[in-house]
Amino acid sequence: MFDALGDKLQGILGGLRSRGRLDEETISKAMREIRLALLEADVNLDVVKEFTAAVKERALGQEVTKSLTPGQEVVKIVHEELTEIMGSADSRLAFSGRPPTVILLAGLQGSGKTTAAAKLALMLRKDGKSPALVAADLQRPAAISQLEQLGKQIQIPVYSSERSDAVKAANLGLAQARSQGRDVVIVDSAGRLQIDEELMEELEHVHRAVKPHNVLLVLDSMTGQQAVDVALAFQERIAFDGVLLTKLDGDARGGAALSVRAVTGKPIKLASVGEKLDQFEVFHPDRMASRILGMGDVLTLIEKAEAVATEDEQKEMEARMMAGEMNFDDFLASYRMMRKMGSMKSLIGMLPGVGQQLKDVDVDEREMARVEAIILSMTPRERKLPHVIDGSRRQRIAKGSGTSVQQVNQLLNARKQMQKMMKQLSKGKMPALPGMAGPR
Amino acid sequence: MARSWSELLGDEREVAEPEAERRRFLGRLRSSLGRTRNAIRLPLGRFDPRDDESWEALEEALISADVGMAATDELVERLRRRRDFDDLGEALVEEIVAMLGEPGTLAVNGRPSIVLVVGVNGTGKTTTVGKLAHRLSAHGRSVLVAAADTFRAAADEQLEIWSQRAGADFVGSTKGADPAAVAFDAVSAAQSRGRDVVIVDTAGRLHTQTNLMDELRKVRRVIADRLEGAPHETLLVLDATTGQNGLQQARLFGEAVDVTGVALTKLDGTAKGGIVLPIAVELGLPVKLIGVGETLEDLQPFDPADFAHALVGSDAE
Repeated sequence: MFDALGDKLQGILGGLRSRGRLDEETISKAMREIRLALLEADVNLDVVKEFTAAVKERALGQEVTKSLTPGQEVVKIVHEELTEIMGSADSRLAFSGRPPTVILLAGLQGSGKTTAAAKLALMLRKDGKSPALVAADLQRPAAISQLEQLGKQIQIPVYSSERSDAVKAANLGLAQARSQGRDVVIVDSAGRLQIDEELMEELEHVHRAVKPHNVLLVLDSMTGQQAVDVALAFQERIAFDGVLLTKLDGDARGGAALSVRAVTGKPIKLASVGEKLDQFEVFHPDRMASRILGMGDVLTLIEKAEAVATEDEQKEMEARMMAGEMNFDDFLASYRMMRKMGSMKSLIGMLPGVGQQLKDVDVDEREMARVEAIILSMTPRERKLPHVIDGSRRQRIAKGSGTSVQQVNQLLNARKQMQKMMKQLSKGKMPALPGMAGPR
Repeated sequence: MARSWSELLGDEREVAEPEAERRRFLGRLRSSLGRTRNAIRLPLGRFDPRDDESWEALEEALISADVGMAATDELVERLRRRRDFDDLGEALVEEIVAMLGEPGTLAVNGRPSIVLVVGVNGTGKTTTVGKLAHRLSAHGRSVLVAAADTFRAAADEQLEIWSQRAGADFVGSTKGADPAAVAFDAVSAAQSRGRDVVIVDTAGRLHTQTNLMDELRKVRRVIADRLEGAPHETLLVLDATTGQNGLQQARLFGEAVDVTGVALTKLDGTAKGGIVLPIAVELGLPVKLIGVGETLEDLQPFDPADFAHALVGSDAE
């Protein structure tokens, strides 16, 4: 399922290379695939419609840059728009100038509030705060006990003396935190359905009582089309400031996050990413965008390729290669271009489909580093005119780069081979590669 | 209307269920799916089978109910083949019933019968175990529940409270204990005490966590080794608010522990519940139980016809 969208788009748009601009028909085709991908990721239908319309408008007439295929170009636009929607608001928590800062967690049953409360407390303590937890879930059997046990595990105080009235429990907990000099108080409320009038009213009362500086809606990343209804209903009652996305370590694409962001305008602030209490992090909108699209990290690859290879650089090098020139300056330049894209291993990992199969293949990064060291140990003159490198120079280069003369020789031979190839190419001796050869 | 527990359990002697209770259940189901139903029926009002936009509107309504793309395509294809569009709403009900398949049964007539309950975190496993225990007690089974969720803090306390409400025996555990050992003890205890049904609650786990899925495999294996033919039922508890990931959950839990049926929970908000269609169509997995509320009585046998009616049927009944 993952990466399917990327492949499909490449298929649809692949033949388009010769044309310079994206036209309406092509984009419409692409948008149908994107619509499907977003729906399969559980993005709300209305949000999908609005989104594809916006992307279409932007993509129309867009010039396709040289380094990308039209398919990649469209994906890039979609990705940028997605990231824009998900990340353009401040995702930090608000801290009160007069502590304690109060954080209220609310959400449906089973979304993961209690666990998230403990995880958040642990994260804040690592940031130098002294947090406390307040048990205000008096509905679910043993919810208080669960929070108490979690608190004990991470050695963070849990206030839970009141057991029958949620508003009292919250108030009392807050007072205790204040008297013990705690600077952040996290209130864990009961899970409730957004249409449960009684419990929603209780939540309003808790909200009014503790006057939270941050209200977070805890949302299960596996939620379907209902996410929007839930978010709007909670927003109406307690005007939450942001979303805490849970169970993100599963394989859900998490379209619910996008829907909620788009409909309420509230940012996703935090994400819970594992069973362990420290598996909790600040939300990364760009990663989420790729995930919803189901594109692996192919997007990252696109961006990196774009960033490193400016057109001029490419042209210059092409011209030199055509002329059959391949000195060590060229060698180093092309080599560094690759290095800029990341380690060989991470590059392989980013290729959709390939990454999984090759994740255990050992690419010798040190070998690559050695090549660079050897070239850097040459004088500029040696790099430009490799034929001047004699025996004593080889010894000096080997010493300077911490390698052996043998290894230096290997590299010298490699360059010679490549130059030979280039020369043959430029003389048109390789008809198997039409378009590249031919006398000029 | 409504499938009775006696039917679900295959009991010859019907245990009377208060008519009021059944009606209340159907009412809750219909009201939960009300918004979804209205959204799906809206495009039916001015439906023109020759008009692509009509079909598209119907598709979109189904997708908005979490039916997913593949099952929506299948459903629409079935409708198109009918060529008779006089009562599209009724046609839709019929096709959904056909796709959902025969109503399931719960195989709990061996003594003891073992029911293993699995699912991702927060779907309502423990609550479902409590309600199921209550129902089985009411239908003449002596029940023992086992807290094999040894991971989540206070999970065993929660289950113990439920078991008291349901009048069932309780086999507890300590946090961090081996869940397979808890299951083993529970089966042994049921045998020596002559209990009819053992319901084993397990820790919630994401289907992508391979080590936790291995742990679950072990629980199942140990139960199977202890008692031939067990577990007799392995129920996947699925949150009705789940989107397309539900299919993946059903697939991976199915591969790991041979799931025999789904218990659909939390169908008491404005949940869509459409995910049961792709699960039935693509995996052939029947929904056996459905939960529409918080009380002990709110767990009911799943009836495909009732569900289809509540999802797309007309209100005039």
